[in-house]
Amino acid sequence: MLETIGVRSMNDLLVDIPQSLRTDSLQLPDGLSELETMAQVSALAGRNKVYPDRLTFRGGGVYRRFIPAAVAAVTSKPEFYTAYTPYQAEASQGTLQAIFEYQSLIAELTGLDVSNASLYDGATAVAEAAMMAHVHTGRNEVIVSGYVHPEYVEVLRGFGDGRGIKVRKNVEPNKKTAAVIFQQPDFLGLLVDQRAITSAAHDAGALAIACVDPISLAILAPPGEYGADIAVGEGQQLGLAPSFGGPHVGFIACRKELVRKLPGRLVGIAHDAQGRRGFVLALAAREQHIRREKATSNICTNHSLCALAAAVYLTYMGPYGLRQVAEVGFRRAHNLAERLAALPGWERAFPDRQFVNEFPMRVPKASVVLRQLSRKGILGGLEVGRWFRELKGVVTFTCTEVNDARALDELVEALRS
Amino acid sequence: MTEALSFELSRPAVDPPRLPEADVAGPSPADLLPREALRGRPPGLPRLSEPEILRHYSRLASMNYSISENFYPLGSCTMKYNPVVNEVAAALPGFAGLHPYQDEDSVQGALELMWRLERALCAVVGVDRVTLQPAAGAHGEWTALRMIAAFHHSRNDSRTEVLVPDSAHGTNPASAALSGFHVVEVKSGSDGRISLADLESKLSPQTAALMLTNPNTLGLFEREILDIAEMVHATGAMLYYDGANLNAFMGICRPGDMGFDAVHMNLHKTFTTPHGGGGPGAGPVGVKSELAPFLPTPTVERSNGHLMLDHKRPQSIGRVRSFYGNFGMLVRAYAYILAMGGDGLSQASQDAVLSANYLRKLVETDLDMPHEGPCMHEFVASAHNLHEDGVRALDIAKALLDRRFYAPTIYFPLVVPEAIMVEPTETESKATLDSFAQAIKEIVAQAKTDPQSLHDEPKNLPVGRLDEVAAARRINAYLQGQSEDPVLRWKAPSEGPSREAP
Repeated sequence: MLETIGVRSMNDLLVDIPQSLRTDSLQLPDGLSELETMAQVSALAGRNKVYPDRLTFRGGGVYRRFIPAAVAAVTSKPEFYTAYTPYQAEASQGTLQAIFEYQSLIAELTGLDVSNASLYDGATAVAEAAMMAHVHTGRNEVIVSGYVHPEYVEVLRGFGDGRGIKVRKNVEPNKKTAAVIFQQPDFLGLLVDQRAITSAAHDAGALAIACVDPISLAILAPPGEYGADIAVGEGQQLGLAPSFGGPHVGFIACRKELVRKLPGRLVGIAHDAQGRRGFVLALAAREQHIRREKATSNICTNHSLCALAAAVYLTYMGPYGLRQVAEVGFRRAHNLAERLAALPGWERAFPDRQFVNEFPMRVPKASVVLRQLSRKGILGGLEVGRWFRELKGVVTFTCTEVNDARALDELVEALRS
Repeated sequence: MTEALSFELSRPAVDPPRLPEADVAGPSPADLLPREALRGRPPGLPRLSEPEILRHYSRLASMNYSISENFYPLGSCTMKYNPVVNEVAAALPGFAGLHPYQDEDSVQGALELMWRLERALCAVVGVDRVTLQPAAGAHGEWTALRMIAAFHHSRNDSRTEVLVPDSAHGTNPASAALSGFHVVEVKSGSDGRISLADLESKLSPQTAALMLTNPNTLGLFEREILDIAEMVHATGAMLYYDGANLNAFMGICRPGDMGFDAVHMNLHKTFTTPHGGGGPGAGPVGVKSELAPFLPTPTVERSNGHLMLDHKRPQSIGRVRSFYGNFGMLVRAYAYILAMGGDGLSQASQDAVLSANYLRKLVETDLDMPHEGPCMHEFVASAHNLHEDGVRALDIAKALLDRRFYAPTIYFPLVVPEAIMVEPTETESKATLDSFAQAIKEIVAQAKTDPQSLHDEPKNLPVGRLDEVAAARRINAYLQGQSEDPVLRWKAPSEGPSREAP
């Protein structure tokens, strides 16, 4: 090859690099065989403690759910996972159509007009939604109402900083307010009065941004039904492993009046000269590669493969499967809440508030109790006092379809002994 | 061949999948929640059996080009082979099954992996610390600029401008603007490299940073990088490295040694985590020690063999996403680095440069080469020489698709008319490069004899060229309320006509 190029050595190809910058080697060990590589990686994996799904009662944004085998059967197809962003539409119809289906599924689930092709995670989805509201209203403040995931709020503050958006907590919306952001159910699992928050936002001329749990939408009124302008959320529960927090997928959907402000990729229908239907990246003029410094988001791709997983999951479940999964979690969580509240010294935090499948308990000596559970192989609830001082001693517990009846008994027995 | 949408394949007679019952005494949602809190009617999700679902997605998969099947010389995207062992590593229950809020003691292996990956990336690019949090390259750019802003701010130095070359990727100016900076463009000279004179004239006490890719988006190494670094640093500004082109020089040189203060890396390019049809990726950012106090929280720290997450960093810009980054992608990249080793990574970059120069040589008489070689890991050609035949870069791209090659990046960088940007990577054989060059020659010959036939390509794919202009018109009509056809989603026939061709 060097001969074809017309040079004598590799160094002749690297002449543009100043000699003083050249290094001979990397300060890294030499390569390994596949066998040795896996031995090292497996050793690291072996140093982590994995709790069984059925004995995991911790949520806080990442949940154990049943993942149908069909999800991995599709996402592990190399035609999907080793393809690039679908720049050449004719050679990427598989990805494009799957994303179009994902968009349609999210739109159906949220009851809103249009969903984008996905974002990085729930946190960045909240931040991008706030930016949309800022651009749409020309206002510079967003209000976070109630217990929104603290990491989402932290990311929102960081995004807001560079973009001149101020984040305020739990104040009444006014004429400076671009949007009111709430989580339904909230970070503690409790239901908020979504209709009251939405109309207060609208009365002040602000947008209402609902951060929602996608599976709860099989039971709860969807954001589009109560007039929210933008729905966002974390899609991990739709067929993705916890994986220490990522990769997961953020979703975002909005009313059609806001579509031009939607960040990221959008797939739409187009036709070829023979009238055959195909799918293309649409409304690209919104995006950074065209608008450069005038773009309202720098996002360049999406979490396509995770969106594909979500599409397969939702298609597998269908409307009634999804409802079944949501209801099982609901019933089990309410059963567990009652039994935990009967433990000596335990009581429900916010007993007057409704919840779906995650709920806060006041727990005496919470840290000690959780450590004891861990020793018995149970991942107990999440101490939320580390984020909210007023919630010291409050632990949120989660139940889904993976926590079978016997697992609930085991948890309660472990706490009794 | 086209495939119906899952919604169109849906059959109401399909039973839902068999799922567990609650098996405990507990109320139903309707027992407890007020009507207005409940969903009125079920979401309109499709209803398909498992075999129907698998066939549907298998047919869709067969409509994609991918690294597993096709040469993918997409410039600036580093589409190299994704070792399958990476997938096995990331799926280990000891990684995939970890909850992000487990106690530190129970995730020591995961933290150790992150710490080792950080050390390895530091070694490759020559920096002191790395944050693994950003989810993508653009996210990494933005994270780095936030740190640079915080650095200047901490010194009560209010700098408002970021310089970006005209050949830069669009995310650069967008990330800078979204970090609160004004973007000032720096021109390229006729040799394709940044114009030092123009840079000189744009640098000022207002300059917070210069964003640079080296080799640049034309595949050319900025020979005067040391002078550039000195000029930038002399004004008190920082030098930011866009890691899109890191695959060009692992083990050959390091951005840290060139004077870059912050460096983002794309694990999905250089370190073989799969692109997934557009993500998830990972865009870690490396920094020199003066920027380290501003890294996102939490960082991974190691003392006496014990790993911990450090949340208490008073000068930190805070977290840029939830949890600790796209951990599953970090596992894949770490497995790749282990398997390749320092020797393998160095070889990979040398082979990438060799492949690019070889392919460039093979097609240099067929297409315009606006800049002199040698190139690094990619080159930019131009279809400008076919202008008189009425053939454009787009036509060449589509004709390549018909010959079972994915197309190079076209119309980027913007500074080259009819740009065709080719990055073959090190994982392609000489035979593949030869056959690709042969395809280019045939297409160029066809441009001379039968240009019209090129306009009609691709002919062998599920669909021909799609009319994006008509699609945009229909979307506009929908957004302006002149049509009920949403175009951007499926809707049940009773609600809208999006199923049928216009």
